Amino acid sequence: MTKASSKRATPPPGDAADFVQLLTPDGERVSHPDYSVDFNDDELRGLYRDLVTVRKLDAEATALQRQGELGIWASLLGQEAAQVGSGRALREQDMAFPTYREHGVLYCRGIDPIMPLGLFRGVDQGGWDPIANKFGIYTIVIGAQTLHATGYAMGIAKDGKVGTDEGEAVIAYFGDGATSQGDVNEAFIFASVYNSPIVFFCQNNQYAISEPLTRQTRVPLYQRASGFGFPGVRVDGNDVLATYAVTRAALDNARHGNGPTLVEAYTYRMGAHTTSDDPTRYRVAGEIEEWQAKDPISRVRKLLERENLADAAFFTEVDAQAKVEAVELRERVLALPDPDPSEMFKHVYPHGSPEVDEQAATFAAYHASFEGAQH
Amino acid sequence: MGETLTLGKALNLGLRRAMEDDSKVILMGEDIGKLGGVFRITDGLQKDFGDERVIDTPLAESGIVGTAIGLALRGYRPVVEIQFDGFVYPAYDQIVCQVAKMHFRSRGKVRLPMVIRIPFGGGIGAVEHHSESPEAYFSHTAGLKVVACSNPSDAYWMIQQAIASDDPIIFLEPKRRYWEKGEVDTAEELSVQEPLHSSKVVRPGTDVTVLAYGPMVRTALDAANAAAEDGRSLEVIDLRSMSPLDMGPVYASAKRTGRVVVVHEAAGNLGMGSELAARITEECFYSLEAPVLRVTGYDTPYPASRLEEEYLPDLDRVLDAVDRSFGW
Repeated sequence: MTKASSKRATPPPGDAADFVQLLTPDGERVSHPDYSVDFNDDELRGLYRDLVTVRKLDAEATALQRQGELGIWASLLGQEAAQVGSGRALREQDMAFPTYREHGVLYCRGIDPIMPLGLFRGVDQGGWDPIANKFGIYTIVIGAQTLHATGYAMGIAKDGKVGTDEGEAVIAYFGDGATSQGDVNEAFIFASVYNSPIVFFCQNNQYAISEPLTRQTRVPLYQRASGFGFPGVRVDGNDVLATYAVTRAALDNARHGNGPTLVEAYTYRMGAHTTSDDPTRYRVAGEIEEWQAKDPISRVRKLLERENLADAAFFTEVDAQAKVEAVELRERVLALPDPDPSEMFKHVYPHGSPEVDEQAATFAAYHASFEGAQH
Repeated sequence: MGETLTLGKALNLGLRRAMEDDSKVILMGEDIGKLGGVFRITDGLQKDFGDERVIDTPLAESGIVGTAIGLALRGYRPVVEIQFDGFVYPAYDQIVCQVAKMHFRSRGKVRLPMVIRIPFGGGIGAVEHHSESPEAYFSHTAGLKVVACSNPSDAYWMIQQAIASDDPIIFLEPKRRYWEKGEVDTAEELSVQEPLHSSKVVRPGTDVTVLAYGPMVRTALDAANAAAEDGRSLEVIDLRSMSPLDMGPVYASAKRTGRVVVVHEAAGNLGMGSELAARITEECFYSLEAPVLRVTGYDTPYPASRLEEEYLPDLDRVLDAVDRSFGW
């Protein structure tokens, strides 16, 4: 055993030179041989509005946590383009399986942004209908949802809903840390061998709480796909145009029966992992500034300005409208009622269980025994 | 008026009938297609229903259960085969964190009508990981229901009831009894069978109540036969459902006999016997002539197969417990 192996040059897994980019940080459009977008002016302005709004709503939720109104919040700050780009790339019939940070995707699906706030306030654990919303319940166990997404995609194929423009596709969200989980790797295998209509969308935000990418991989994450037998693409995750183009192409490929794709959206978590985290303990000096220069929103604003697609009044109005939505969200969060204690006994089983039902009755009787008593 | 079937064949026919009754029923597992499963429980089903409904999966238990969840969300009714009890643990997270909690998490908006079949228990001379009894882990988890069949007729009907149920169900199959034969009246209707989560007196008696499930029901019945020769009358109850427990027949029996012995292969510490003893004590305290006694596997890892007959409860250990109960 020589020491040669330990001296082998390790390519930096975070070398971003090889990603798909259609819009530079300076707001300049660049062309790519395989990917393009054909947004009209309204649509470009709409993407800008999405980005600004989801950031504003996110900031409001962070503030709500700081004021004690949410138990915790997982901020998407810095990942707006990855979420808006991929979220807008979904067609109506497509199904998304999120982690717990996909507030921007949820917004772009046209879902009421209040929907996940109950989970973070602690009044429920999600509680929405994933099928009716075409958006899975937030999944906290890292990577677990990628298998649910794959199974759902297997079901689409069984239903014969692939092979046409109307075909259905699934997108599974996860992060760079999740790529180390067995479940994610098993999801890759199942999706590959059954050729399932799914896009694995990895937001590589450089950190799994405190651990940097180098603790998860020695190779760029998108390259892992080749070992599983399907294509992997790295996209500039702070570029909403490129993220849209790459995700839309991968979804359409899936819906036409051509199997899975791994998309690595190369981005950066500007905030903490959650409001319980302290990133000052692990951030590398200068990193924030470096990524601030690649901000997903400012580059779209520069584009709109450069191409004279929006004036100052537009930007002012977008900010004002986002603020209105944020204030409204705040008011609705504050109005979320605490659940009745009896709620915990409900929905353990679809048709109840004699044991849980008995405990619910005992619980009610116990509380009733205090009624009228002096405290 | 029935046919004589092995327990394994009864399961096979039960699966076949469930697949005929509902096109959304699909089977998933390792080697369940051409091979028919290592115990041949799915024998011939892929040939007749196709590989879209009888699915050989990659060798990844968490992947099997996790994708089954997605298929259930899509409207299918997956029946998963875990090849052996000791191999369910890679899927434990998906079962406990996802299968069990998805309905609750969604406030009832989604259901996961899945069945996870697990051949369980020892007595077949196997290597490590092939003889375990994981029922307490799953019974401890809210959101799951857990059942075990003990004979061919129950196997035939209970698997169909489990598949028809809207609950996620851990379905435990006593692997050492796969080849035991019994009468099954397949002409009956599913709807007239007794409920899935009901316990059943399988041998009436007056002196001691013996509680068992899965592979230990046969052992308990053998003990009852032997005890009868000594003039002692054992009442044997097949619990059939570990979660929820159907305690009505158990309490009624305990109050009549005043003596209870619980038998299971799983280790005693915090096993089903612990819960049964606690509940019986709470409900039947003044009727008991002796403490509830447990005859179980020991609190060791399942031993090498040359020692398993020492580890597993058998007729003599049940009779010993009966004696101890009378000695109180």
